Amino acid sequence: MSSVLGLRCRECDRQFPAEALHVCDFCFGPLEVSYDYDAIAAVTSRASIEAGPRTMWRYHSLLPVGNETPVSLGAGFTPLVRAERLGAELGLKDLWLKDDTANPTGSFKDRVVSVALTKARQLGFKVAACASTGNLANSVAAHAARAGMASVVLIPSNLEKAKVMMTTVYGGQVIAVDGNYDDVNRLCAELTSERPSWAFVNVNVRSYYAEGSKTLAFEIAEQLGWQVPDHVVVPIASGSQLTKIAKGFSELATVGLVDGDGSLRISGAQAQGCSPVATAFNKNIDAIAPVKPDTIAKSLAIGNPADGYYALAAIKNSGGGCGSVTDGEIIDAIKLLARTEGIFAETAGGVTVATLAQLAQRGVIDLNEKTVAIISGHGLKTVEALTGHVDPNHTIPATLDAFDAAVGFDDPLFN
Amino acid sequence: MPIIVRVPTQLRQLTAGVGEITLEAQTVGEALTALDVQYPGFGERLFDDAGALRRFVNVFLADEDVRFLEGLATPTPENSVISIVPAVAGGSI
Repeated sequence: MSSVLGLRCRECDRQFPAEALHVCDFCFGPLEVSYDYDAIAAVTSRASIEAGPRTMWRYHSLLPVGNETPVSLGAGFTPLVRAERLGAELGLKDLWLKDDTANPTGSFKDRVVSVALTKARQLGFKVAACASTGNLANSVAAHAARAGMASVVLIPSNLEKAKVMMTTVYGGQVIAVDGNYDDVNRLCAELTSERPSWAFVNVNVRSYYAEGSKTLAFEIAEQLGWQVPDHVVVPIASGSQLTKIAKGFSELATVGLVDGDGSLRISGAQAQGCSPVATAFNKNIDAIAPVKPDTIAKSLAIGNPADGYYALAAIKNSGGGCGSVTDGEIIDAIKLLARTEGIFAETAGGVTVATLAQLAQRGVIDLNEKTVAIISGHGLKTVEALTGHVDPNHTIPATLDAFDAAVGFDDPLFN
Repeated sequence: MPIIVRVPTQLRQLTAGVGEITLEAQTVGEALTALDVQYPGFGERLFDDAGALRRFVNVFLADEDVRFLEGLATPTPENSVISIVPAVAGGSI
């Protein structure tokens, strides 16, 4: 049984079959999966979901792969943690964190890649490929290994070392390209034309891939007791994750799993060095001007965001806000999150937490709102960003005298 | 001056499958207009009703997005390569 009706152009509404298509061949608008929600509702209940695996695949019926066996490393159903100490620092009384650092390769990308490779296998592809700023590369290489597929991953050559190694270790082809992410992505878009037998997860199977982000919304609602929060704060690179989280909450209401998402507000988080969506939001214009990224938050450094228009619309329609933060604020926020909640996030998580602080301070987030922030990736991926910011307190010889001299008995912390 | 326009898969139905078109033009706009003359149908796909590039159409001169240059007025020296690329990105989040 498949509840997928086909693909639909978000710009001009033309309909397409559910194949490896990603853009409308008339206007280049992105294609989106459309579903028969009555068919989904008929086979989906809170009980059927709760009886499913403790992964994102408990929402199988809301994902575009029919009955195909998932390509899965166990992504999803990550912790939703009440963040009392961070909330107290920011003046937010009901703050929650969706800790997607807990995914198998350390980022939310495992959600989208798990869907993309499942669909790619269903469509008969043998090779998985992608353009990536790192997190996607890690995840594609790992999931391809799991599925027994070949992989070809293109990355910018200046990527953090950990992200490169976390990709190469899985044994696929890794091609470092001189240029930034937008350059790599453009090469990938052109390659998609030239290598039609490859599944470029974020290009020709993007319509399916992107659906994986809906599971963030599904899980948040279920983990809150089948309740939609008041406010969600989401980092923006291409804008896809934010757009799909909005779609996810809306679908839950459509199929009757939650009572409605009418009051949900969605806010976006960007780094100042790459903030095309925040700029358009703050200028109150609909056109998103591409920028040349310059930020330590490389996983968000997309200067020409493909889903930026839709992310902007989702923010505006929900009454949310959009902030942008400096590299210094990002590093401070990574440390604040680690110190208060024991979660070590990569730079994108720093962007989200710093933006959370900014939006709370500006009154965009009400202090009593049930607010969920998405922490999308693990800090081990971007340790370079913290160089010089988190050194040991003392370096001493291995003697008690030296220790006592460094950490005295009169230190209030230890009495 | 002769220049090359690279056509993505999605638009090759207009060119009988040809991926690279050589034509004469002084600017990016002239090149795209010449393309529409040679292969009717490009115009309505690349441009909106106001004559601007559609928002999901990216045009590159060599490696640079023409939105960072002079847009459709960007000059095209001899042997320039223009690429039409769908603005589908991915990346991270």
